[in-house]
Amino acid sequence: MSAALDAPERPAAPATFRNVSTARKIKDRLATVLVSLAFLIAVIPLVWLLVSVLIKGFPAIVSADWWTRSLSGVTPDEVRGGVYHAIVGTLVQAVISGVIAVPVGILAAVYLVEYGRGRLAKTTSFMVDILSGVPSIVAALFIFALFVSIVGLEQSGFLVGLALVLLMLPVVIRNTEEMLRLVPDELREASYALGIPKWKTILRIVLPTALSGTITGVMLAFARVMGETAPVLVLVGYARAINFNPFEGNQASLPLLIYTELSTNPSAAGQLRIWGGALTLILIVMLFQLAASLISRYSAISK
Amino acid sequence: MAKRLDLKDVDIYYGDFHAVQNVNLSVPPRSVTSFIGPSGCGKSTVLRTLNRMHEEIPGARVEGQIQLDGEDIYARGSDAVAVRRTIGMVFQRPNPFPTMSIRDNVVAGLKLQGVRDKKKLDEVCEASLRGANLWKEVSGRLDKPGGGLSGGQQQRLCIARAIAVQPDVLLMDEPCSALDPISTLAIEDLIGDLKKDYTIVIVTHNMQQAARVSDQTAFFNLEATGKPGHLVEIDDTEKIFSNPTERETEDYISGRFG
Repeated sequence: MSAALDAPERPAAPATFRNVSTARKIKDRLATVLVSLAFLIAVIPLVWLLVSVLIKGFPAIVSADWWTRSLSGVTPDEVRGGVYHAIVGTLVQAVISGVIAVPVGILAAVYLVEYGRGRLAKTTSFMVDILSGVPSIVAALFIFALFVSIVGLEQSGFLVGLALVLLMLPVVIRNTEEMLRLVPDELREASYALGIPKWKTILRIVLPTALSGTITGVMLAFARVMGETAPVLVLVGYARAINFNPFEGNQASLPLLIYTELSTNPSAAGQLRIWGGALTLILIVMLFQLAASLISRYSAISK
Repeated sequence: MAKRLDLKDVDIYYGDFHAVQNVNLSVPPRSVTSFIGPSGCGKSTVLRTLNRMHEEIPGARVEGQIQLDGEDIYARGSDAVAVRRTIGMVFQRPNPFPTMSIRDNVVAGLKLQGVRDKKKLDEVCEASLRGANLWKEVSGRLDKPGGGLSGGQQQRLCIARAIAVQPDVLLMDEPCSALDPISTLAIEDLIGDLKKDYTIVIVTHNMQQAARVSDQTAFFNLEATGKPGHLVEIDDTEKIFSNPTERETEDYISGRFG
């Protein structure tokens, strides 16, 4: 090889690098087309869904009443009132779930990554896997069986929150676990070498390093549970008026509002509310995801 | 400050694997001792047992005695955290805390041990950075993140962080292997300065470095892969590199091995 390179008389402009066989060119084109096609097929339904929800829901959400009023006193075929009561319900139920699931989930992840060895850790990890595969209707029925049938509580927004905990927990644990595992062991060792105890190392070195990713994960978990429908169908009744109290009485939420209008109100006003409700839900979820990406951008570890 | 270290009949195991066999050596205060030897001979392992850092690896255990000024650091009831406060460590790759500023990195040890006095922290910060020959370069940007420094500066930051807690002994695990020659020189000069106040043990793959910085040198070797590493000899650096007692040592430092 090197002898050829050193040779004084090299053939002018050898075509070695341009000489691509036709078969290879065809294969290359074919693969490019297939990959692009697959991408298009994946994107079409998404765009279609967003566009139709936007078009059909937009007329509903532009009125100020939509964001500030409930449907109390509004007859089914009137285009009036708003979904404030459902937004309140959705947020209250998500917050209840988050208040329980976020601390428990983060602590469980800390246990699994920093302390967990042997049987208990394996069992915990396995249980988290199972939990993340539990369908939301099963989580809802479990809470119903436990708290309504056995304990004898009334259905309420709080019970919805509890069911959402079961759905949120595995997401928070798995995500936080990933983030903690990304923290290099060298940082832990550097901290130990300074004579800093393990718990303080975790609290002051490991968790801050993993913070932005953890927050992003928590936000995404919130976004996920807010759209859950099964728990609200099983565990709480629909209300047309505002109810801030999750422990008593019926409480609306966006999925429940959409479902109720869909099954009971065939009028044009009902249709508008369904699409408006869907668009509102998408907007709120997007807001959470936007917040997540902003937080991760601004609290990202500066290099 | 600056205490002596004595290792007596030290054997190190990882689970069933016998990693290092029967090490006896002494490190006098205010001196630099370097550990040299081929990869896998257990020199880093021995270093990590000196501040009980190997305990972070599941299944690792030590037999024999390691004494700091006569006190067994593995004695029943002795606390690994307390040991590490006295015996600091600098690692192969610079590892400043990424969420902290340069100042916070330096005083991290004190701060997390509960020192709140801001004036004292500032004093320690300046003294440690001066001690690590880094003060002039970073004094204007103490609030900037430590990750923004060059590799050599980061390593000196880590040294500043290690000496800020005022240990008696400083362990260095190949502190220059990730650095360019100029940064390496800066660190070597620094080791020469630190010797006045600290007992230093350094692991290095670079024999010239061992010859340049250390007062005594310990040569570790292993008979074959899978066999435990052992200490071949320890002597004054000059003697090891000019006229070692053991044939094995001479072969290694002159490049005739394997």
